[in-house]
Amino acid sequence: MTVAQLKTKLALETLSLPCPEREITGVYAGDLLSWVMGRAESGDLWVTIMTNVNVVAVAVMADVACVVIAEDAELSEEVVQKAKEQGINLLRSPLSTYQICHEQILL
Amino acid sequence: MAEAVRFHFDVDGDNFASAGEASVQVKKLLRQLALSPEVIRKVSIAMYEGEINMVIHANGGTADVTVEEDRITIVLSDSGPGIADIDQAMQAGYSTAPENVRSLGFGAGMGLPNMKRNTDQMQIESTVGVGTTVTMVVLI
Repeated sequence: MTVAQLKTKLALETLSLPCPEREITGVYAGDLLSWVMGRAESGDLWVTIMTNVNVVAVAVMADVACVVIAEDAELSEEVVQKAKEQGINLLRSPLSTYQICHEQILL
Repeated sequence: MAEAVRFHFDVDGDNFASAGEASVQVKKLLRQLALSPEVIRKVSIAMYEGEINMVIHANGGTADVTVEEDRITIVLSDSGPGIADIDQAMQAGYSTAPENVRSLGFGAGMGLPNMKRNTDQMQIESTVGVGTTVTMVVLI
């Protein structure tokens, strides 16, 4: 499934979508950034409620396919700008982390 | 690659939000050198964790990356407080990071273990009150 397909399927809000055709090859959920960086795989859909600017850097380093912010967690314009600059797909949903992962698993 | 390619960065210690800029630059440069995504990922993660450590604990420092035919060497150097007990610092979960850093999702004591896990060699030289130098090697 591509990030664009996921966006349609879960009706995600688009904050930054420079690479809509990037293929999602796995799912990782987590908020502890160091833990995520150590465990998330390249190509993962990363679900988190963390919204500080370091999320974008972690997404770049871990090479995830996209970041989905759960529960409509609030984030600053600075984070969105950073995601655009760094070519990171950043989306948002009112669903909980569990619901997003659950939906994704039921592809 | 006949000759080694070298990059030097100053890591700003004042701004936690901008931590990672050197690592992002290195990632771009390694892509231009057409290295494998797995090697690039390992170098990026190890260097970013190291960069964050320098921002949290040492008010910044320097990063030097050397790309040779068979390896990438990352040397992170700071003039921070030093590490008294390196074995203890290497334990997953051990952290001396302040609360404000933890609230951002770091400082969980995963940094040094992540750096070790993503590199083929890692050496820490540290003197309390003088500073710390971490040398990491990722084989290509």
